[in-house]
Amino acid sequence: MSDSKILLEVRDVAREFDVSKPWLNRMIEGQPEQILKAVDGISFTINRGETLSLVGESGCGKSTMARVICGLYKPSRGEVIFDGVDMAKVHGAELQNLRKRFQMIFQDPYASLNPRWRVGKIVAEPILSHNLITDPAALKKRVDELLTQVGLSPLDAEKFPHEFSGGQRQRISIARALSSNPEFLVCDEPTSALDVSVQAQILNLMKDLQRKFGLTYLFISHNLAVVSHISTRVGVMYLGRLVEVAETKRIFQRPLHPYTQMLQSAIPDLKMTGKQRTPVAGEVPNPLDPPTGCAFHPRCPYANERCKVERPSLIEHPDGGQVACHAVEEKRIPIRLAA
Amino acid sequence: MTTPLLQVKNLRIEFPSRRGTLVAVDDISFEIAPGEVLGVVGESGAGKSLTGAAVIGLLEPPGRIASGEILLNGRRIDNLPFEEMRKVRGREIGAIFQDPLTSLNPLYTVGRQITETIETHLNVSKAEARDRAIKLLTETGIPAAEKRIDHYPHQFSGGMRQRVVISLALAAQPKLIIADEPTTALDVSIQAQIITLLKKLCREHGTSIMLVTHDMGVIAETADRVAVMYAGRIAEIGPVSEVIHNPQHPYTIGLMGAIPSVGDEVERLTQIDGAMPRLTAIPSGCAFNPRCTRVNDVPDGRCTRERPSLLPAGKTQAACWLHDKNTASVAGVSKETSHV
Repeated sequence: MSDSKILLEVRDVAREFDVSKPWLNRMIEGQPEQILKAVDGISFTINRGETLSLVGESGCGKSTMARVICGLYKPSRGEVIFDGVDMAKVHGAELQNLRKRFQMIFQDPYASLNPRWRVGKIVAEPILSHNLITDPAALKKRVDELLTQVGLSPLDAEKFPHEFSGGQRQRISIARALSSNPEFLVCDEPTSALDVSVQAQILNLMKDLQRKFGLTYLFISHNLAVVSHISTRVGVMYLGRLVEVAETKRIFQRPLHPYTQMLQSAIPDLKMTGKQRTPVAGEVPNPLDPPTGCAFHPRCPYANERCKVERPSLIEHPDGGQVACHAVEEKRIPIRLAA
Repeated sequence: MTTPLLQVKNLRIEFPSRRGTLVAVDDISFEIAPGEVLGVVGESGAGKSLTGAAVIGLLEPPGRIASGEILLNGRRIDNLPFEEMRKVRGREIGAIFQDPLTSLNPLYTVGRQITETIETHLNVSKAEARDRAIKLLTETGIPAAEKRIDHYPHQFSGGMRQRVVISLALAAQPKLIIADEPTTALDVSIQAQIITLLKKLCREHGTSIMLVTHDMGVIAETADRVAVMYAGRIAEIGPVSEVIHNPQHPYTIGLMGAIPSVGDEVERLTQIDGAMPRLTAIPSGCAFNPRCTRVNDVPDGRCTRERPSLLPAGKTQAACWLHDKNTASVAGVSKETSHV
């Protein structure tokens, strides 16, 4: 293990999906191949012990990014470097060793647990597949301990997933994810299927576990309020690209990228009843046919000719964080402070 | 005082099942004034959508209204025959549902669906109906409505489709719209557009809205009053700003603390332990009592024995024994709840 501060580095990762019609249809109808660029050249780093959140609207590629990091999809381009090791370059036992150091929590606790397995077996599966504990008594002890840690009872190990509510199922998912003693958890919308009071329970639990075990989280969500609560840093995605990355406080108080500003003003606010949200015109374009230059230019109030042709790259901003915007770089945008 | 547009009195919705009758909505009463937006908020299974469905007469069997009355403009509508109710639906009560893709017929152009509604309920010619449909679509912010009217639902994006659904709900100029989670399926930026639009149109047309949602943020922006539901009952009802800033029922207090908000630097969110009871096992007395932190502040275990009715509390009404005058003097509730 290296001692560097950075646990995970993603370098220029892209993931494309071939969504063309079958070959014969293409020949007859004379249509070209269609490639969907779900993730299009993303780079970021995650430091040990922090929570980096990726936010964006549906179809922006945030879940694809999570899956690429976990190795569920192979990147079409770029590298995922975990603790100094390029994931694409290790194989066999070495990859297994690396794999057990990170786990994933999925959105839908109804679909991510095998309905025919008892909870004890579900939680023990990562332990067994990584050969961490082989003695049955020790295994049982470990499962009981995990269930207690996530606020369930050891007796629950004998039950089936359908006997639990959504929030409890998400606790089971968390127990399973923790079973191989990982350092890094990728959480793909872990609370978006839950009610607010249950969401609060799960978010509190995740924060407690992070403190206790020194976990690092990559948190994927579309809910900005949840993100602002749990994150150390936030990355905003739009159409497969990262448009802004910065400390949570900076991004919500001084959003720099026009898209971040738009998202920030669109948050429904409980505090200021009667506040008018600033609705932004337009919708997310079809990712099969993304706009040229900066992908946000058709909806951007500050777009000019340069934005239409030249794709902005993510550059350091003096206020902290990184922004991919020509208008910010040229100081054409008035800075908007949160009220 | 003006007569309320909608009155729901002691409504009780039951689902007969093999294991006994499940009471999904238990004795709730509320009113909506003309032009008012009433938010109905609650977690899944609280009975909020069923209440909306009962008002519009679309309860799915075996669910049925077991007792209570629903009055629209003073006229009882819960016991109307099917054909009569059909005339009320669309004409007097419009509906917007969560998923715009399933509430539009994929086989008809959006124009045909809107003109059909207009022709059914209003006495106008075909050409006039089409003109009105185009006007409605333009009003809801669909660009090039003359062309888009002949498109099919799949040719619209999610946000645009929800705009079509809103035009459809407004087509026969109803007095009341039941909006069941109208923005839940949409992204935040689109959500803001739809909420602004819904508010603007209803103000212009003088339409009342019963807005059913789980999203307190949407309620905060849109509603005039809000009813917080828990386990088929109304826990608290009152003006939106009061319920949000000065909630009186322990459940509402917990719920407000559980919602993360941007710029709030709290380390932990307020946590209501446990989960909402299943319909098969609703506790006796106050349905919230097993999760309530203040159950011991009411003497004699009254919370576990006797169901509280809505009592005046602060500027709202809360179904909680803490607000009973006799209890209040013992527990000193007025001082304690106000700062939570």
